[in-house]
Amino acid sequence: MIFAERLDWQVATAAKFCRETQGVVTIAFEVPEWHGHLAGQHVDVRLTAENGYQAQRSYSLASPAGNAAEIELTIERIKEGEVSSFLTEELAIGDDIELRGPIGGYFTWDRQSSSPLMLIAGGSGVVPLMSMLRTRYKVGGKAPARLLYSSRTAEDIIYAAELDRLAANGDGLSLIHTLTRGAPSGWQGERRRVDKQMLATHAFQSSEQPQVFVCGPTLFVETVADQLISLGHAESAIKTERFGPTGDKR
Amino acid sequence: MRVTRGFKGKPRDTGATSDRLPPGQFVTQDFPVLTAGPTQQADLDSWSFALHSDGKLLVRWSWAEFEALPQTEHTTDIHCVTKWTKLGTRWRGVTFDDLMSAARLASPPYEYVMAHCDGGYTTNLPVADLQAGKALVATHFDDVPLPATHGGPARLLVPHLYFWKSAKWIRRLMFMETNVAGFWESRGYHIYGDPWREQRYSGDA
Amino acid sequence: MTEDLARLDGNAAAGTLCRFLAIDVTSMMITCAACGAEAPLGRLHLYGGRMGIILRCVACGEVNLGAVEVGETLRLDPRGAACLTFRAGPATFR
Repeated sequence: MIFAERLDWQVATAAKFCRETQGVVTIAFEVPEWHGHLAGQHVDVRLTAENGYQAQRSYSLASPAGNAAEIELTIERIKEGEVSSFLTEELAIGDDIELRGPIGGYFTWDRQSSSPLMLIAGGSGVVPLMSMLRTRYKVGGKAPARLLYSSRTAEDIIYAAELDRLAANGDGLSLIHTLTRGAPSGWQGERRRVDKQMLATHAFQSSEQPQVFVCGPTLFVETVADQLISLGHAESAIKTERFGPTGDKR
Repeated sequence: MRVTRGFKGKPRDTGATSDRLPPGQFVTQDFPVLTAGPTQQADLDSWSFALHSDGKLLVRWSWAEFEALPQTEHTTDIHCVTKWTKLGTRWRGVTFDDLMSAARLASPPYEYVMAHCDGGYTTNLPVADLQAGKALVATHFDDVPLPATHGGPARLLVPHLYFWKSAKWIRRLMFMETNVAGFWESRGYHIYGDPWREQRYSGDA
Repeated sequence: MTEDLARLDGNAAAGTLCRFLAIDVTSMMITCAACGAEAPLGRLHLYGGRMGIILRCVACGEVNLGAVEVGETLRLDPRGAACLTFRAGPATFR
């Protein structure tokens, strides 16, 4: 039975920290009342200072779909970002924050879907797509899947090792990286911003009827979506989620 | 509401400014951009600002004509209903009083105005809250032309009310007989918006 | 950076709306009263910031839905939406 109900703020306790890259941290939270989530959903996080000042941001769930009481958020520390700085630098294990979720049904992957899965990520936009790939692995999904992932440099690639492992599984996942600000010597991936040519080369053909998810900064998402449409993909097959310029959704 | 250990947030309250802070506000050093729609980009060659009443144009100024009107500088605090306050902001523009003089209007045709802006934004005000130096149509902030993201080339500035009344990308003031609710006022915000009485929402006293 | 490059979409409005509505709001289809275009709420252009939710048509830019949260109340302004369409079947919420 699947339920929808009104959301309210819940207390979440920081349980684990894992540094993904220099500016990106994954935090695992214990949420005793967590009823489960789908891949692609997000949460709102709310922080309250002693003087009553509140700040709120949205973060995609990184952990795979399911009911586990421990969820993971992957957070990019934004320069001057009051919430991301706090979460990535000040929050300690055992501290509580408030969060609300899971949120969203439009930008979710149905793990029972047998359509080819095309994922296109810009920077920290990879987070909800990683939840989809982790879910796919967990349920043993076999339909072909591809992740085209744009990062600034190789050091900025989030989940690098885990993505390599998933792609080496032999279950139909291929991984294409592109770097926009310089590649190390011996780099085998692409070396520029995602463009129509790159999509024509690496994305599923529209005739394969893939389900497409694009996530990242607004400009990235809108450019990629337009390029996909010009390659013949139906607008209804492309699901998008825009992060603000600060990487978060608010 | 549960306090988050160690979280301070960006705004810093300093005791020296607390008497300038309306209730519920926090001081910010930034100038946050809040908008109900896309940033409007005006072409100064075709830009105009006008006063209307009863469906009739009373007066219209082109950009060159508007810039030639008497200029007034004003330093003031501004208060956004989303709780940030910015102290000591510096503006330059044309006061409502000087617009009325230039239009040769001895008195306003009606008691209220609706500000109309590029992009469709509107806000309503009593004329009394524009008169006697209380309001400008501002074209400069901090000595430079107002950027489009902050409402340039011209925005209304009515700093004694919450800042949603200081309408960006203003093009017309239309006098009206009754106080018809504008964009935010018709969606739950207070019809008047006095920060000192914390008149944020429709139900507030 | 201008607000337009920072423009978000209806996905970011869902947390607030779902405080009051026990439905998957992001999949709700909205028909624009101005131009007739139909899109899921998750795709509409979101403005308003902390003042409120203003969702604009992706085709013509007119406001399709507005929502202001005041304490325990949500004021949902449907002016601008000619029609809201929902799908039956299990909610994809959980």
